[in-house]
Amino acid sequence: MAFVYAFLILVFLVTFYPFWNILVLSLNSADDAVRGGLYLWPRSFSLQSYQEILKDQEILGGIKVTLLRTAIGAPLTVLVISLLAFALSKKDLVGNKLISLFFIFTMYFGGGLIPYYMILKSVHLIDTFAVYIFPNLMNVFFVIIVRSFMQELPAEVEESAKIDGANDFQIYVRVVLPICVPVLVTIGLFSAINQWNAWFDSYVFTYKSELKTLQAVLVKILNQYQTQEFTSASGQLADSAKRMSVSSETIRMAATMVATLPIVLVYPFLQRYFVKGMTLGAVKS
Amino acid sequence: MEASLKKPPSPAIATSRKTGKWKKMKQQKILYLMILPAFLCTLVFAYGPMFGLYMAFTNYSPGGGSFFGSFFHSEFVGAQWFRYFFENGDFYKIMRNTLAQSLLSLLIGFPAPIVLALLINEVGGGLFKRFVQTVSYLPHFISWVIAANIIVTLLSSQGAINELLMALHLVDKPIQFLQNGHAFWGIIALSNTWKDMGFNAIIYLAAIAGINPELYEAARVDGASRWRQMWNVTLPSLKPTIVILSILAVGNVLNAGFDQQYLLQNTTVLEYSDVIDTYTYRYGLQNGMFSYGAAVGLFKSVIAFILVVAVNAWSRKVNQQSLY
Repeated sequence: MAFVYAFLILVFLVTFYPFWNILVLSLNSADDAVRGGLYLWPRSFSLQSYQEILKDQEILGGIKVTLLRTAIGAPLTVLVISLLAFALSKKDLVGNKLISLFFIFTMYFGGGLIPYYMILKSVHLIDTFAVYIFPNLMNVFFVIIVRSFMQELPAEVEESAKIDGANDFQIYVRVVLPICVPVLVTIGLFSAINQWNAWFDSYVFTYKSELKTLQAVLVKILNQYQTQEFTSASGQLADSAKRMSVSSETIRMAATMVATLPIVLVYPFLQRYFVKGMTLGAVKS
Repeated sequence: MEASLKKPPSPAIATSRKTGKWKKMKQQKILYLMILPAFLCTLVFAYGPMFGLYMAFTNYSPGGGSFFGSFFHSEFVGAQWFRYFFENGDFYKIMRNTLAQSLLSLLIGFPAPIVLALLINEVGGGLFKRFVQTVSYLPHFISWVIAANIIVTLLSSQGAINELLMALHLVDKPIQFLQNGHAFWGIIALSNTWKDMGFNAIIYLAAIAGINPELYEAARVDGASRWRQMWNVTLPSLKPTIVILSILAVGNVLNAGFDQQYLLQNTTVLEYSDVIDTYTYRYGLQNGMFSYGAAVGLFKSVIAFILVVAVNAWSRKVNQQSLY
C-alpha cells in the first residue's frame, strides 16, 4: 500500500510541478530570475511581468482575438452539431444510414494539409477571422456523443408534443434542447477549449498581426526564446544579451500563465460532465 | 426458402413503397434542413480537400482563377511526386522518425494509464484519490503551445531538471536536452505520456467501476491478496477495453503528431525530429512545393486508412470485437 501512495504522489508531483514552476518564474522579478535556481517559491516577488504583458499590444490583441473566437465559435458549433444529432437520432429518417456514413467516413480519411489549405484559399477564408469559425463547426465525435444522448430520451416526451401539433423544429427547440443541456454544455466546453487552445490555424492561415491569437503569439515568443537559448548555448551570445534573453523568460512564463489560467478555472466544472461523456462515448463507439 | 426471401418484391409493391418513401421524405424536410449546415461544412472542409488531392498527381502552380480551375489546368504528371518521395532519401528518415516516435510513445504511454487507473482504484474513494485524478487530467486540457513552453523551460540549461541533476551531482554541467537529436524521441514519448496519462486513465477507471463486485468477493473467499485480485480479476476484466484502445492506437501509428515536434524541434535535431506531418508542412507550405506536399499527405492518409481497416478486420476475426 505504501508503494501505491508513493507512486500516486509521484504522479501528482510530476503533473503538478511544471505548472507550479511557471507560476513561480512568472511571479519573480526578471533581474533576479537570471540567477536561476528558482524551484519552489519566488525569491523576489514581483508582478512586473504581468504589468509588462498588459502593456504589450501583441499579447493584448492575441487575448482579444482568442476570446472572440471562443465566444463565437463554441456556441455556433453546439448549434450545428445539435441540429445534426437531432435529425440523425430519428431512426425513421429516410437515408439515415447513408447520411451517417457520409459524416463518419471523414473520421477515417482526410485530404491532408496542402489540399485543405487550397480549399481555405479558394473559399477566401485565408487571412480572415472566419477561418477560426467555419472549419471548426463540425466534429463527428461530438455528434456521436449528442446523438446517443438524444436516442436515450423516452419517446413519450416527443410524442405528446407531436400530438399538440408541433413540427420537428419546434420539438427540437422546446422539448429536446432543454433536456439535453448537460451534454450540450459538455461539448460546448470541449469546443470552447479547442478554440482557446488552437494555434495552428492562426499561425499558418493568417498573416495580419491583428488576427493572431494568444497561442500564435506564444508560439512566436517560444521560437525567439529557443533561438536565443540555442545561440547562447553555443557561446555566441555576449553576456549582456544573454541576460536580456533570459530576463524575457519571466514575461514568457507570465504569458503562458495567462493562457493556462482560463483552462484551470473552467475544467473543474467540466470534469463531472466529461467523465460521464467519455464513458458513454467509449461504450457507444 | 432463402431464395424466396431474396426475391425482389412485385413491381406494384415496389412503386408504392417508393412513393411512400417520397411522401415520408417530404414530411421530414425540416430534418433535412437541420442536417444542411453540418452537411455543407463537411462537404467543403472534409470532402473538398479529398477531391483536392488530385493536385498530388499534377504539377500544381497557383494562380489561374479558382482552385479547381487552376489545378485542372495544371500539367498531369502521374506518380512523379510519389517516386520523388521514395527515391530522394527523405522517405527512410521520415518513416523511421515517425514510427520510432509513435511506437516509443505507445510503449510508454499505453501502459501508463492502465497502471495509474489500477493504483488509483486501490486507494478507495477518498479526497486523496480525487485530488490525484483532478491534477493528472490537467495537462490534457492545455494546448501543446503551453506544454512546449513548460517543457522547454524545464529542460533548458538553467531549468529545474538540470538544476536538480546538478544538485544531486549526477551531472557536472547542464545537459542540452533539446539540442540532442538522440534525446528527442524520448522527450516526445515522455511528454506525450505526461500530457495524456491521467485523461486516458478515465476510460479504464470507468471500466473498473463496472466490474461485478461478486468477482472480488469470490477471490477474497479464495484467499487472494489485493495484488492477486488486481492481477486475476481487475486486469482480465479490462481486457476488452485494452484491446479496443490498442486497435485505435495501432491505426493511428502514422499520426506521430505535429504540434509537439514542430514546437520542440530546432535545426540541430531535425534529423531525428522530422515526422510525416512536419515534413509535409515544411515542403508543402513553407517551401511552396504544393504538389509534393499533397503527395506525401496522400501517402500518409492512404496507409493510415488501410491500417485502421485492416487492424479492425483482424480484431473482429480474432477477438470478436471491432470498432464498427
